[in-house]
Amino acid sequence: MLTYIVRRLVAAIPTLLGVAAIVFAMLRLLPGDPARVIAGLLATDEDVERIRHQLGLDQPLPIQFLDFFLRLLRLDLGTSARTNQPVMNEILARLPHTIELAVIATIIATIVGVAAGVLAASHHNSRVDYLISAATLFGISMPVYWLGLMLIVVFAISLHWFPAAGADEPLSVVLPSLTLAGFVVALIARMTRSSLLEVLRQDYVRTARAKGLQEWRVTYVHALRNALLPVITVIGLQFGTLLGGAVLTETVFGWPGIGQLLVDSIFARDYPLVQGIVLTFAALFILVNLAVDVLYAYVDPRIRYH
Amino acid sequence: MSTPAYATTEAAVPTPRAAPARAGLETWRRFRRHRAALLGLAVLAGFALLAAAAPLVTPYDPVVQQLRDALQGPSRAHPLGTDFLGRDILARLLYGARYTLIIGFLAVALGLVVGVPLGAISGYYGGWLDLVAQRFVDILLSFPGFLLALSLVATLGPGLENVVISVGIGSMPFFVRLVRASTLSLREQPYIEAARVVGVADVAIIFRHILPNATAPVIVQATVWLGQAILVAAGLGFLGLGVQPPTPEWGAMLGEGRNYIFSNPNLATFPGLAIFAAVLAFNLVGDGLRDALDPRLRTR
Repeated sequence: MLTYIVRRLVAAIPTLLGVAAIVFAMLRLLPGDPARVIAGLLATDEDVERIRHQLGLDQPLPIQFLDFFLRLLRLDLGTSARTNQPVMNEILARLPHTIELAVIATIIATIVGVAAGVLAASHHNSRVDYLISAATLFGISMPVYWLGLMLIVVFAISLHWFPAAGADEPLSVVLPSLTLAGFVVALIARMTRSSLLEVLRQDYVRTARAKGLQEWRVTYVHALRNALLPVITVIGLQFGTLLGGAVLTETVFGWPGIGQLLVDSIFARDYPLVQGIVLTFAALFILVNLAVDVLYAYVDPRIRYH
Repeated sequence: MSTPAYATTEAAVPTPRAAPARAGLETWRRFRRHRAALLGLAVLAGFALLAAAAPLVTPYDPVVQQLRDALQGPSRAHPLGTDFLGRDILARLLYGARYTLIIGFLAVALGLVVGVPLGAISGYYGGWLDLVAQRFVDILLSFPGFLLALSLVATLGPGLENVVISVGIGSMPFFVRLVRASTLSLREQPYIEAARVVGVADVAIIFRHILPNATAPVIVQATVWLGQAILVAAGLGFLGLGVQPPTPEWGAMLGEGRNYIFSNPNLATFPGLAIFAAVLAFNLVGDGLRDALDPRLRTR
């Protein structure tokens, strides 16, 4: 098991380096002079030179690259062009909000998605199945930003049940996390349904039925355990969708996470902060998938021997 | 003019060219039975028709402002009401369908043009080429979901072309993966080995013998990605980083409408519904195509 974890960790290193290289290239690929772009329209030539020096853009490219990597190893992401604070501090101050949202949404999506999928599969081709399948199709087609706005219209403006924006009240998290979970609920439900239907046709399930077990026992005890294996992978992969969706959801609800910070930084041309946040999102995504792979290998011993 | 002898040989051998037409007919027969998919196709055809004929359907200009008529509710004159600059929302949606459909198709086309050959070459040759290509795909896929397109737009800047490029590159890794997987299994087929033994060039094997047999999953994936591309592009428009106002792009309309959500939710509701309907339609057609093209993949 430990060998497997180490092997996966080592395999993730080139990917992380590649991600860092792309993020490094982002600033250099900006149309025009990046220092001037960041400095803004009203900047004097001295300002531009100062920023150029601050960003290390006056150095030769290979030196810049090496410097970028060495600083990255020390978790130094540079300085925000807007606030002059270390990028790392800005991110750490906001990150907990995004993680809170993503974790709550994942929990909602897993519980509701698996339940809906099991319900649909165990009532295959019944009205319940059709209803759930239609609902999940709606779920994967709905723009997350629109779902958020409509939830605000109904539950915040008309019914006054939840706050429309911000993160100041305990109930503030309800609408954003439901919004964020929507798509993933639908996807997990579809995956659970088809996976369970597949497993229910296996020989060992027929054996379980033949030896006289009750249907609920066959479905929930024997079939579900195996059917949930591929669902674990989907949950890991969809964590990425959640992080991407967090950018939109946080913007809709004014939720003070790094997604909203990213959009604000793009508009403010605070590229050091943009780079830092993009890197953070990618690193989070890689780490979560690593954790899912390890979990998967733990649950399904066959994986480890491949 | 070809010699008769040549023509005879050509006719005597059953040409593979005849097969696609028959397969297409068969696919259509199976697709037709899928009622939801037909509905999706009808919705898309409707959108395309309305987008093309927008000037005939509505008397209003989608961009010209009529401030006196701002923020009206639905009426006879304005079936969906007007926005904060007095522009007819229906007119903006109709003209906006052009942008939405064009962005979707161009972006997916870009993803296909780059992704499909890359996937085929990667799968066919294997070795270090495959290793490099797959690392590259892994790296792109590490920018989760919407973030890849968002990062690209942040670098390239907003605007129609940049949205197409960003969303297209965002879809590319998925096509590379898909085509590579098909190529890997097709490569081991006896008919490919036969072609190789006879001395057919690699390029010909890839483009004439492997890719035509790998099209079914690509078509399905491309259809579903049309929906995804629309979602992502509209998301960029919503944030104000996509197609810029006053262009009546649906995502940008939704983003502007957001400011009036308390007083006039119409402004945000209708563009959102339009995006939702278009994406749903592409997903339905994708499901139908999956069943029709490959009965083994049938969604139960």
